[in-house]
Amino acid sequence: MKGLLLTLQITVVSVLIGTIVGLLFAFFKLSNSKILNWIANVYIAIIRGTPLIVQIFFFYFGLAELGISSYWCATLGLALHNSAYIAEIFRGSIQSINKGQLEAGRSLGMSTALAMRRIVLPQAFRRALPPLGNQFIIGLKDSSLAAFISSSELFNVATTQGSRTFEEMTYLLIVAIYYLVLVLLFTLLVNKLEGKISGGDE
Amino acid sequence: MEQRKVMINVNNLNKSFGELHVLKDVNIEVHEQDVVVLIGASGSGKSTLLRCLNYLEYKESGTITIDGKVIEPDQTDLNKVRQEVGMVFQHFNLFPHKTVLENVIEAPVMVKKIPKEEAIEEGRALLKKVGLADKEHVYPSKLSGGQKQRVAIARSLAMKPKIMLFDEPTSALDPELVGEVLSTMKDLAKEGMTMLVVTHEMGFAREAADTVVYMHDGKIVEKGTPSDIFSQPKHQRTKDFLGTIL
Repeated sequence: MKGLLLTLQITVVSVLIGTIVGLLFAFFKLSNSKILNWIANVYIAIIRGTPLIVQIFFFYFGLAELGISSYWCATLGLALHNSAYIAEIFRGSIQSINKGQLEAGRSLGMSTALAMRRIVLPQAFRRALPPLGNQFIIGLKDSSLAAFISSSELFNVATTQGSRTFEEMTYLLIVAIYYLVLVLLFTLLVNKLEGKISGGDE
Repeated sequence: MEQRKVMINVNNLNKSFGELHVLKDVNIEVHEQDVVVLIGASGSGKSTLLRCLNYLEYKESGTITIDGKVIEPDQTDLNKVRQEVGMVFQHFNLFPHKTVLENVIEAPVMVKKIPKEEAIEEGRALLKKVGLADKEHVYPSKLSGGQKQRVAIARSLAMKPKIMLFDEPTSALDPELVGEVLSTMKDLAKEGMTMLVVTHEMGFAREAADTVVYMHDGKIVEKGTPSDIFSQPKHQRTKDFLGTIL
């Protein structure tokens, strides 16, 4: 049970941080500044181009020495990993909003920032919700990699119990069911949310 | 004729998109309470001219004076200018995630910082004016094109602009819905709104315009009263154009 909570905690916190960082890099990519474009492209290329397990170990060996817990190493590793994918999700969803929307806001005297915040982003978030939900599910399952830096989340608990009792298959099956149930519950939640906010779409 | 204030003055305006020179030394003057209708074939620069006036497109050279103030992007607060120059788009561009009333009060509340109750009251009055009082809680997706465009007009009017620009407001509408939008615009003209309208509705031009301007290939070819332009166009190009559409 404790492992379950830790898994959820790592996932939720890392996706939240990933969303904020991702949104920032999405703006970098959409910005007119060549330098910001370049920074975002390099960041996304590196994160997407290297395995998550390498990133987690990187954080573990880099940060653990500074007294940062393995929980935070795993969470931060996952957060940055998610952020690269989430940045692309947001970039796509923002670009998919008709530019007439921004123009309509501007023509009413709104600054670009205000029109972005009030008009474009709320619509972009709606469109981003399904792929974000997807990313959350991937993040949930990826959190099992935190076991490798001895975070006692679901997968780690399962393998430890398994080798202690020599019933590896049983525990693996149990942990698989745990993940499956979590994912199904979450899918249900996202579907509900989508239905709720789909009112008023064009 | 009495001397009325010049609301818009455009002097030698030029604009290009890359290699394409879309506005060539355009000069135009619109007096207060005037309704000026811009006609011309697609690609003649009418919409671009309109979009330059509220700086959705930046001009290249020339001067634009709105209500006595010369507008230069680096010296003028363009957001302020746009508050005074309303714009209605061909594709409405209503905010789909907001109800009709929320669409109308968004800018007054967020930009002008008008108290919400006051904005709602004014918004309702505007919706009543465009004949949509019963639709305030509806989302735009549930409206017909004509209703959408009338909401868009109300949304623009909510900022109490001095000038209204209409960029082909009926071009995206089914034919049977054109009338309701045009009649809303005519009401607005009667109330004395200064209007600059790009349209292919020659009936509207004939009925509501004080001046009709014919543009071709980025230049103003001819301007005059509707009866002059439609009955006795001076230029062959104007004749040809009118011949193709009337």
